[in-house]
Amino acid sequence: MPSAASRHLLFILAPLVAVFALLPGVYQNHLLLFNFVIFLILAQGVNIIYGFTGYLPFGYVGFFGAGAYGFAIMVMHLQWPAVLAVLVGGVVAVLLGLLLTPLLRLSGAYFAIANLAASLAVLHFVANPALEGITKGPYGVSLTGTFNPTHAYYAAVVVMGLTVAAVVYLKNSAFGLALQAVREDAVSASMAGVNVVKMRVIAWLASALIAGLAGGIYAWYVSVFYPDNVFSGEFSIFAIVFALFGGVATITGPIVGVIILYGIYNLIGFTTPQYFQLIYGLLIMGLVLFLPAGLVSLATRRGWNVP
Amino acid sequence: MSPERTPILKVSNLVKRFGGFHALDGLSFHVTPGEILGLVGPNGSGKTTAINVISGLYAPDGGEVTFDGASAGGAASHRLVHRGINRTFQVPKPFLSLTVRQNIQVALAYGGATGAPSIAELLDDYRLKEVADRPAADLNSAQQKMLDLTRALATRPRLLLLDELAAGLNPAELDWIAGRIKALAATGMAIIVVEHLMGFIEQITDRVIVLNAGKEIFEGTLATAVREPQVIEVFLGGEHAR
Repeated sequence: MPSAASRHLLFILAPLVAVFALLPGVYQNHLLLFNFVIFLILAQGVNIIYGFTGYLPFGYVGFFGAGAYGFAIMVMHLQWPAVLAVLVGGVVAVLLGLLLTPLLRLSGAYFAIANLAASLAVLHFVANPALEGITKGPYGVSLTGTFNPTHAYYAAVVVMGLTVAAVVYLKNSAFGLALQAVREDAVSASMAGVNVVKMRVIAWLASALIAGLAGGIYAWYVSVFYPDNVFSGEFSIFAIVFALFGGVATITGPIVGVIILYGIYNLIGFTTPQYFQLIYGLLIMGLVLFLPAGLVSLATRRGWNVP
Repeated sequence: MSPERTPILKVSNLVKRFGGFHALDGLSFHVTPGEILGLVGPNGSGKTTAINVISGLYAPDGGEVTFDGASAGGAASHRLVHRGINRTFQVPKPFLSLTVRQNIQVALAYGGATGAPSIAELLDDYRLKEVADRPAADLNSAQQKMLDLTRALATRPRLLLLDELAAGLNPAELDWIAGRIKALAATGMAIIVVEHLMGFIEQITDRVIVLNAGKEIFEGTLATAVREPQVIEVFLGGEHAR
């Protein structure tokens, strides 16, 4: 019998990647598909830092925006190829993550607020007119030279695949178990021999890398954007709500959350926008009241093991 | 002193302050491999603080902790675990949403021990087999204490600190766990027991240290301690001491 990890790769990761790799051939709204993939990546990034270690990253978009600008600067000033510039976007987000590691001393709401403030600080730094020569300041960037939505879309599918693979690893390894131990009780985790600080930093930087790569690919796909677009708090809030709605610390929870909630958002948000806020609000209230551990808890409460 | 009796832990002049309060005020003692040492004293006398300093949760403000011949004062807890110190908590602190088995797996994977007991042995020995695949949150408090103990034993400690492990156990469970602790000591493990149940202390310890206000006021067997006027005074008040 194959191990749990290989079953998860075979029955969750492979179909997900296959579906999103094939959908552009049969469905015309490629921007919508691209946004789905971006939110699948971001929701899993939130899953890693919140689900596995307990830090709620209200300023998660800071890494996404830093990745987008990392990409833009490499393309604008050094004319680097898009794929390499995406990798630089990831590196920039990791560097930002390193700079922000002192935030990990905080917990709960204090961490969430400090992280939100940090993402706003990065936005205003990037949008500073004095940095126009580097970031184009508040005037936005235009990257027509690398514009290639098809390649950007498939790059996003690849990053989504790697991100889900990372979560499969966390779900099936002693490393992932140790991260959850740190989330549950840091003192007991240290008495189990776990280096608590190191584990938190690794998870934090991994989630930063994921958002940075997603930001770089987003910049590649849209090509023209302003600081407010790529540092929009909506990215953080949506990614957090999607992950929580499905259920964190699982592989499938964030996927289910994105497909259902982002699906509803696109269905009623555009066709009947007058009801959208109402229905969305009711759904989220219902979740918090009745299923605080997410949709997957409908199954786990019955004793089913949800990957 | 034969090599067998060389202390594995030496604490000298240990000081720990919280603001102006001296929780430990020049505490010194030692424990040798295979010995079960009792730390007793009234509430607030510094027993748990001593364990917290030895296990690396608090850095000492003065004095020395020497484990296995090398300094251990102020080192990070996970490093002390790798060197062979582990403990249980007065209020057990399992990883609540993880299963019993996963709780032990974390310590086996990260405890850095070679030759640690297997999960099956630990589950069996500490009566957790039936609940192995249940979340730790579902366990009763006695089971959570046993899980806390197995988490510690999975790192194969040479010094084990037990903080009120016996509190809340019924008489049959007390006898059983006393036998278990003695069996661990017989393998050469040094054990420090903090406990309020004097019968239990008498049953398992070779020697006790009585603490009051962060200082040692008596060292010897419990049978002698209970006749010591100074010990009677701190436990029962001055009028009972003759």
